Amino acid sequence: MEFGPHLMLAMLEGLVQASVLTLTALGLSLVFGVMRVVNVAHGEFFMLGAVLAWWVTTMLGGNPAIGFVVALVVAPLLVGLMAAAADWLVLRRVEYDPERTIVATIGLLYIIQQVTLMTYGPDAHPVTPPFNTRLALPWYEFTDQGFQIYWPWGLSITSYKLFVIAAAIVTCLGLWLLMARSKIGLILRATQLDSETAQAFGIPVERVFALVFGMGAALAALGAVLVVPIQQAHYLMGGDPLLLSFIVVIIGGLGSLRGTVVAAVLIGMSDGIISVFFTPTLAKMLATLLVAMVLVYRPQGLFGAKPA
Amino acid sequence: MTRALTLHLGLIALLFALQFALPAYHHGNLARIMVMATFAMGYNIMFGYTGLLSLGHAMFFAAGMYGMGLAVTQLGMPVGPAFLMGIAAAFALSLIVGLLALRTIGVAFMIVTLMFSQTIFLTILYFGAITRGDEGFGIKQATRQIMGLDLSDPTIRYFAAWLLFSLTLLATLWLVRSPLGRVLIAIRENEERAKMLGYDTWRAKLAAVLMSGTVSGAAGAAYGVLFGYVGASFAQVPYSIFPLLWVLLGGAGTVIGPFIGALFMFYLIDLSSGVTDAYMLVVGVALVLLTLFAPKGMMGMVRERWLKWLP
Repeated sequence: MEFGPHLMLAMLEGLVQASVLTLTALGLSLVFGVMRVVNVAHGEFFMLGAVLAWWVTTMLGGNPAIGFVVALVVAPLLVGLMAAAADWLVLRRVEYDPERTIVATIGLLYIIQQVTLMTYGPDAHPVTPPFNTRLALPWYEFTDQGFQIYWPWGLSITSYKLFVIAAAIVTCLGLWLLMARSKIGLILRATQLDSETAQAFGIPVERVFALVFGMGAALAALGAVLVVPIQQAHYLMGGDPLLLSFIVVIIGGLGSLRGTVVAAVLIGMSDGIISVFFTPTLAKMLATLLVAMVLVYRPQGLFGAKPA
Repeated sequence: MTRALTLHLGLIALLFALQFALPAYHHGNLARIMVMATFAMGYNIMFGYTGLLSLGHAMFFAAGMYGMGLAVTQLGMPVGPAFLMGIAAAFALSLIVGLLALRTIGVAFMIVTLMFSQTIFLTILYFGAITRGDEGFGIKQATRQIMGLDLSDPTIRYFAAWLLFSLTLLATLWLVRSPLGRVLIAIRENEERAKMLGYDTWRAKLAAVLMSGTVSGAAGAAYGVLFGYVGASFAQVPYSIFPLLWVLLGGAGTVIGPFIGALFMFYLIDLSSGVTDAYMLVVGVALVLLTLFAPKGMMGMVRERWLKWLP
């Protein structure tokens, strides 16, 4: 393939990765923004979403579309409930102290991961996509006959991948509507601004925190259900999304949802493009180092405002 | 002072005597535990005494290990000087990491150390041609000699681990009673107040990172020499979590705690790996239970209840 179509293909693949990353990172960002704690177990909630999606589709059998739609609802819901329970049983009792929360969520990480290993097993399992039509894409060239459109071999995307991108956009819009227009959003924003004052105004802050922690995990699980027909479900799959979400949330500015979306698209796309043209280890190495440097020199993130 | 000194010298004497009493299996385990306890004591200087929670100490352990290992395989050094090379590598890394990471505080500090450590791990993988990547490489038994002593011999290995452990234990005991140690504790309790009293807290924190990283690196280099293996798995996230867990379990900010924590955790994992492959589950449950019910750890509770003088 020539360079132009190859780059186009890399960008499309990057966009699919970016969509899933946006959802996962939004979950982490929401939890950090409202609760001011870092959830190290976030990647494991992502993994749980994927494993539950496999479990639901396998249990139902039959038409893959039905199983997938059920998984799309059931997996995030179950994961969200589990996360809310973990919040209620553990994080609430260490009073959301930032350091103790990190240690506790590291513990949760290993518990979730190892229980999955014991029950689901060490193998990766695929989920059949509900629909998967290959759509060829056109490219153009200038020949002596002038401008021409043609269909290069290999330049294509599946309808399912387009659906992933669309689903991510819809979810982002939904989350924005929830935060900006609804009563729950108002409560969440009030808690984010000042949880003590919010409590004084009668907002049940503890319950809000459990809800937010559950929502954050559910967003990660939703991203995982969307990605699992492309990438198989495996008990160690939580590591990369966790690291990438960290990177996105830091670059986007800790606690800023808008910054998170911008950074997720940027990083998901560049990760997709870089890994097509460079070796993945070098790409990961440079990205990790770069982000550590951003945190050292611009702790408010690239898009965040400097604190007064 | 005398009570504390007696207790710690007593532990050292006990470990020396156990060399002659233990069956072979536990003898080998204890040598390993003493090296790992040295790693944990290094971690404790930063986390327990200065209040800096690092999530990337595997990088210092790996720097010591690879500094030693590569000096042997690439430069053809004998293990004695190579061990010093490992310590030098860990010192250099902790200087760089300290200068950069100490610009951040709190949660950002934890994430920065985590990411630096991940970068080191990926660097080891990237230069797979000389580090042999995930697979790692062995240090040949013939080269593991210092002054005619064969370090792969169980008795000499135990003695070497005991020596490293004892020196670190006594050095930590001295440190926490020195003026610098007092400043570190003051920073842990209230950095603003320490600053107001006129202490240069930034320099004290840098000193803590240097000591912590170098001791952890010495443990890594010793592990490579004594057990004859250098591998990338020691640079991965679990080896940053283990020292945190040992210190938390034994009691952060106690001199003896890291050893107690490493001892208990080692045997807990050893017992559970007989039952299931998913032995990291024990680590997870221990971390959650500790944060919930015993944030001060075992020795921290002993100090609170009975031995107020425990350093």
